[in-house]
Amino acid sequence: MSVLECRNLTKAYKKGYNVLNGLNIQVPGGRIVGLLGPNGCGKSTLIKIIAGILQPNEGEVFVDGKPVGEQTKALVSYLPERTYFNAWMRVEELVSYFAEFYQDFDKDKAYRLLKDLNIDPKAKLKTLSKGTKEKVQLILVMSRNAKLYLLDEPIAGVDPAAREYILSTIVGNYNPDSTIIITTHLISDVEQVLDDFMFISYGGYVMKQGSVEQVRMENSCSLDEYFREVFRCSQNF
Amino acid sequence: MAWSFSGHTPVYLQIAQRIRAEIIRGTYPPKSQIPSVRQLALTAAVNPNTVQHALTALETEGIIYSEGTAGRFVTDNTELIDAARQEAAHQLVGEFVSRAAQLSISKDELIEMIKEEDI
Repeated sequence: MSVLECRNLTKAYKKGYNVLNGLNIQVPGGRIVGLLGPNGCGKSTLIKIIAGILQPNEGEVFVDGKPVGEQTKALVSYLPERTYFNAWMRVEELVSYFAEFYQDFDKDKAYRLLKDLNIDPKAKLKTLSKGTKEKVQLILVMSRNAKLYLLDEPIAGVDPAAREYILSTIVGNYNPDSTIIITTHLISDVEQVLDDFMFISYGGYVMKQGSVEQVRMENSCSLDEYFREVFRCSQNF
Repeated sequence: MAWSFSGHTPVYLQIAQRIRAEIIRGTYPPKSQIPSVRQLALTAAVNPNTVQHALTALETEGIIYSEGTAGRFVTDNTELIDAARQEAAHQLVGEFVSRAAQLSISKDELIEMIKEEDI
């Protein structure tokens, strides 16, 4: 059974302007999938719909066979592109907060990851830099034992060394039952951890999808180069 | 440290090549155990399925073998390892010669240059 299935998904923020247009996807368990596309093609919208934050105008979404709703929120671990924490909280307070909120939260893991990244659990969020806040948020998201992880731009704001650590964390978290969906523009950084990719085009439909290794075999180029070719912006002088 | 990969060939082939090189070099001697898929995936920061694919390819070659849940081990067939060494060397020389040819260096020149190098 697929961990994630979207059927004929359509979303418009304004009537007549569809962000997503009859989008269909099916993702089996145990995959790490890159959701890629140019700016404004609807990646974050799609992620938010799967997370149950936005309602689609048409279509259905199933997580682990269940329609998106209360039940699926317990299965989905979502990393938004922006941080949403209260500035007055301390990191350790957030950890307890998450542990209370989510049954599948692994506190030991969270503290281990914080230590690895040299983040003081006693620190107040308002004293942390933007990148460090993003790291905290990712740690919290990855410390759950979820069925589906939705990571919206997980590495955009962090330094290259931490980026590597985060990718290892994602790989280390891998288990054959859960699926990870990552959106990013830093394709060359993530492509070696991906099984599959999906290119979403303007107008919100899946333009191309497949396995990353297949791209390399058939086109003898990396996914990053392939993306540049597919979405080439032409210059008119 | 994450491994880096070139864009033109599948990552699993590049991983297989790297492990094969370690076997040829003797980092993993005959009959020794090689790291698990999980360990390799973590050190290389690569998708575990890709690592799995690479190890399966090496198993098909016969240079490593799987012993159920105990893990994967390097073959004790030293002839096979030697053959892999020869093949890797031929490949390297082939690339080297063709790149030298692009610079229009003659074979004699090339041989002289190699002799002058310290190896």
